[in-house]
Amino acid sequence: MSRVTKFAARDPGPAARMSGFIAHLRDNGMRLGVGETELGLHALTHVHAPSPQETRHALRAVCCGCAEDVERFDDLFDAFWMNGGRVAHKTIPTQTPASDHVHSSRNAKGSDADTGAGAPTTPDGDDGAAEADGEGKLMASIAQATMKKDLRDLVQPEDILQAQKIAERLGAALRDRRSRRRKQARKGDQIHYRKVIRQSLSTGGEPLQLFKKRRPDRPMKIVTICDVSGSMTTYAQVFLAFIAGLMRTDTTSDAYLFHTRLVRIAEALRDKDAIRALGRLSVLADGFGGGSKIGASLQQFSRTYARRFVDGRTVVLILSDGYDTDTPELIGEALATLKKRGCKIIWLNPLKGWAGYEPVARGMVAAMPHLDLFRPANRLADLADLERELTRL
Amino acid sequence: MDWKTLQTAMADQGYIADDDLAMAVHLALALGRPLLLEGAAGVGKTEVARVLSQVQDTQLIRLQCYEGLDAAQAIYEWNYQRQLLSIRAAAEDGETGREVEERIFSEDFLLERPLLKAIRQEKSPVLLIDEVDRADEEFEAYLLEILSEFQVTVPELGTINAVTRPIVILTANGTRDLSDALRRRCLYAHVAYPDRATELAILNARCAGIEETLAGQIIGFVQSLRKEDLEKKPGIAEMLDFASALMGLGIADLTHDPVVLQASLATLLKTQSDRDNITTEVAQRIAGKAA
Repeated sequence: MSRVTKFAARDPGPAARMSGFIAHLRDNGMRLGVGETELGLHALTHVHAPSPQETRHALRAVCCGCAEDVERFDDLFDAFWMNGGRVAHKTIPTQTPASDHVHSSRNAKGSDADTGAGAPTTPDGDDGAAEADGEGKLMASIAQATMKKDLRDLVQPEDILQAQKIAERLGAALRDRRSRRRKQARKGDQIHYRKVIRQSLSTGGEPLQLFKKRRPDRPMKIVTICDVSGSMTTYAQVFLAFIAGLMRTDTTSDAYLFHTRLVRIAEALRDKDAIRALGRLSVLADGFGGGSKIGASLQQFSRTYARRFVDGRTVVLILSDGYDTDTPELIGEALATLKKRGCKIIWLNPLKGWAGYEPVARGMVAAMPHLDLFRPANRLADLADLERELTRL
Repeated sequence: MDWKTLQTAMADQGYIADDDLAMAVHLALALGRPLLLEGAAGVGKTEVARVLSQVQDTQLIRLQCYEGLDAAQAIYEWNYQRQLLSIRAAAEDGETGREVEERIFSEDFLLERPLLKAIRQEKSPVLLIDEVDRADEEFEAYLLEILSEFQVTVPELGTINAVTRPIVILTANGTRDLSDALRRRCLYAHVAYPDRATELAILNARCAGIEETLAGQIIGFVQSLRKEDLEKKPGIAEMLDFASALMGLGIADLTHDPVVLQASLATLLKTQSDRDNITTEVAQRIAGKAA
């Protein structure tokens, strides 16, 4: 094990070190504030702080907020406290181990993304390849990137604005009527006792007026999975604008891209600056326009993210032409697994708009039995037309 | 009590906690913060609360979350039937409205639910909020208020402050992503499937008198079964069921009888497709390796 970091003699003390450590974690994408600094210091008064192992356990409990944080914590801890004096930023790229090809956009930074803290750039590796700050590029070894496109050239801000309006209407159309909570309403199926009692006081205990409760409609969560492989390049513009708009209007929605692998883009697209969001997206979507592995990507989705984010109140929107390099059975299996989570699956196929189109692509045939809705879409207007269909769903 | 003592105390009650978990529980006690435990189903998250209440020799108050759980079920509710009767009786006695109101909105008519009950105990209890991710966002908002202030506001009565602060343990297994606000209020520990040595210790602690070879085989079998491609991986509870099943059947060696092994898999595999995947041959192969 490496030595404990020696801090400079002018170091003002434990409080400053702790806030330094918290800032270090924050630079690496963990969401921590002043509260954690204080809590961390408090926690150390309850353990044997000179022991690195105890400190590590204690700070892990304080600083981590989810399973991903726990995985990364050890490296970040070592980098700050255990490297004999230097704060090595080399640890930045050693994030989630690449056991599956899934990674989150939570920490990805685009080429011009402002981290706000002036985080240092990772030194380039000696294998000649430049490393980027975000995870996107580092994980790209499996992706067969044939060309690279800057999405900012593809998507115009006006499109996003228009898409935002459409997304808003679609979101409103998707309502789930199976809520379990009850709220006060003029017409309802249950009596709102609390209110009845309160009001009956004025009539001497005679409940003259009955107030009701009913189940309110719930918004459905929309998860979009967009194909950005070579055959979809022409339509990607429309779909990405739509997704960007959707993410900006609906805070519960979630989005993914896939070509030969799956990338979560939800966090990147929530960037307040629409153009910067697309910049971050470009970094993540490395491999854009390459081959497509629909089956494998959907399978990956249903096994990983879907377990966390897809439930009975979710609509999964797949935007793809169904041309797959994998075996078609994979698509069928993946959709069947996904369907078991109780969600609705909508497939929007740009080719379906063509005259005489038949879903003959083998992937599409395998997918058909699992779909709740299969519609054409290759313009924003088509997406807007979906509104009526969705209300009926 | 330092964290090592706590770890030992928990072990005495039959719960083998790894260093991370023991430290997190220790800090939750020392700092008075809620502790959020996440992990797959069946790794013993709920058990932590039960054991902790035994270690602390205090009451365990449990709130099982479900969708639609609201304040009336989680915090408090007025006893409406009694209130109605009371109002009618008062009207016949000629009591004035003001008096009636004060009477029917008093403590006597208040039904305590787990969260309110937890903050009104003389000795701080362990409050287990189980599967918090099953409750909806609205409930999370109530919870935030209680977890940060430890007080409940009943409009008709005023604010009820905590007599003692409960030791709060929340568990989640990823039905829904919890809000950052809730995560930030809590200390966090991720409970993973235990490693071989830990799981063996758990088995020995829970099934006294199990034979050494069988115990080793069971753990080896369950650990390799978790590496298979399963829809639902067997947790610790399943492993213990499996062990008791084998002991009940009087099996001394896993590899002896394929039929019995296959039948006892009912304790480990809980979906149809998992049962289909682990055929007799696969089970025998795994058991053979574990032996």
